Amino acid sequence: MIEIHDLHKYFGSLHVLKGIDLNVEKGEVLSVIGASGSGKSTLLYCINGLEPVQQGKVVVDGTDVHAKGTDINKLRQQLGMVFQQWNSFPHLTALENVALAPKIVKGKSKAEAREIAAQQLKHVGLGDKLDVYPSALSGGQQQRLAIARALAMEPEYMLFDEATSALDPELVGEVLETMRMLAEEGMTMICVTHEMGFARDVSDRVAFFHQGVMEEIGPPEQIFGNPQSEHTQKFLANVR
Amino acid sequence: MEPTISFFSGFAPKDLLFLGEAAVRTMWISVLSISIGTVLGVIFGWILYEGKWAAALTVAPILDVFRSVPLIIQLVLFYNFAPIIGLNLDPFASGVVILTIYTASLVASVARGGIEAVDAPMRRAARSLGMSYWQDLRYVVLPIGGRAVFPAWVGVALGVMKDSALVSVLGYVELLKASQILITRTQEPFLILSIAGAFYFALSYPISRYAASLERKWAQ
Repeated sequence: MIEIHDLHKYFGSLHVLKGIDLNVEKGEVLSVIGASGSGKSTLLYCINGLEPVQQGKVVVDGTDVHAKGTDINKLRQQLGMVFQQWNSFPHLTALENVALAPKIVKGKSKAEAREIAAQQLKHVGLGDKLDVYPSALSGGQQQRLAIARALAMEPEYMLFDEATSALDPELVGEVLETMRMLAEEGMTMICVTHEMGFARDVSDRVAFFHQGVMEEIGPPEQIFGNPQSEHTQKFLANVR
Repeated sequence: MEPTISFFSGFAPKDLLFLGEAAVRTMWISVLSISIGTVLGVIFGWILYEGKWAAALTVAPILDVFRSVPLIIQLVLFYNFAPIIGLNLDPFASGVVILTIYTASLVASVARGGIEAVDAPMRRAARSLGMSYWQDLRYVVLPIGGRAVFPAWVGVALGVMKDSALVSVLGYVELLKASQILITRTQEPFLILSIAGAFYFALSYPISRYAASLERKWAQ
């Protein structure tokens, strides 16, 4: 379970997150929507400790992410993350991309790591691309590679930071399909997304962020069908 | 009439061997300086990248001095003044020390450029997989950044190899010094310098070719 208590984040004098309180249960799929600059992505970065926080805390399975004694590298193995830019390692084949972290972080043998990698690449539909370098893959395939790379660490949670925003429109579908598959398999997911269809169909809950505040959270039927906050109504009216 | 005594004798096949041995010494001093200098340079480059203002006040000015003062002056100064502080180094060791520091000062900028070539999102992605700072540096930044600046590094390495000729001023008989000795005896500067040039080319060309083939392989 991910527990976020009164989380504040500043970039210099810019107050990006203004007291977020949020719990995400095991098995839940939460979509986070909102305009650019509303703090959605920053929230993900704070959850896996890529950004320090100034006040409040994030607790993952009982471990305080930002506490001094926390082994953040160990904790991050529980928190797979997929970014807007896929960031595949260009010098490694698809298989090596996925096998690298299990090998060096988890200390798996080379054979074991490659086995896991091959499995995860098949899982995301790249079973025929094992020995291909990222430069020969499309954006959608590279993003699925990034998903496989995160999954290879066998995380308990997956964080998606606008995973489809940088993709050509015709490539968005395959990545959303992969994310949908993970959700159906019971993966706990927090998806910062601009894909309203995905948020509505796949998530258990949807959170709407506005200027660093979580304005509204609830089941998709409520957020999309009967939004309570004026800002949510305005935002949804604009994106539709 | 008394027979004339000649101080000069023509170029003989055994002189080629003499030049060949000198070329091996050039290669040896270059390989040592470039290898050690590269390792040091990468460390300095990392300090420049991570150290920010602290590095700008300490390491950076020192590297600037070694990068800016002509190598021949560094060599002569070091060789003649090192004994004052109790360092009695022969010409070879003095040459290696100065060429190494000189290489390091050049490689430092190249290495910093290499680290900068790996952008923040890539490194965040590596860290998000649970890699430690050092694992990120070793498995992501080094190979990606290293490839980005590899051509620049090859340029430095070939430059240092040729600059090693300057160690001749200390009396170390490498390729250039050997040529000078032979020229004095044979009075055939054109022939000897051409042969010496060919030796330098023979040392550099395989490196350039190998570098080019590596780059082609990486470009896949």
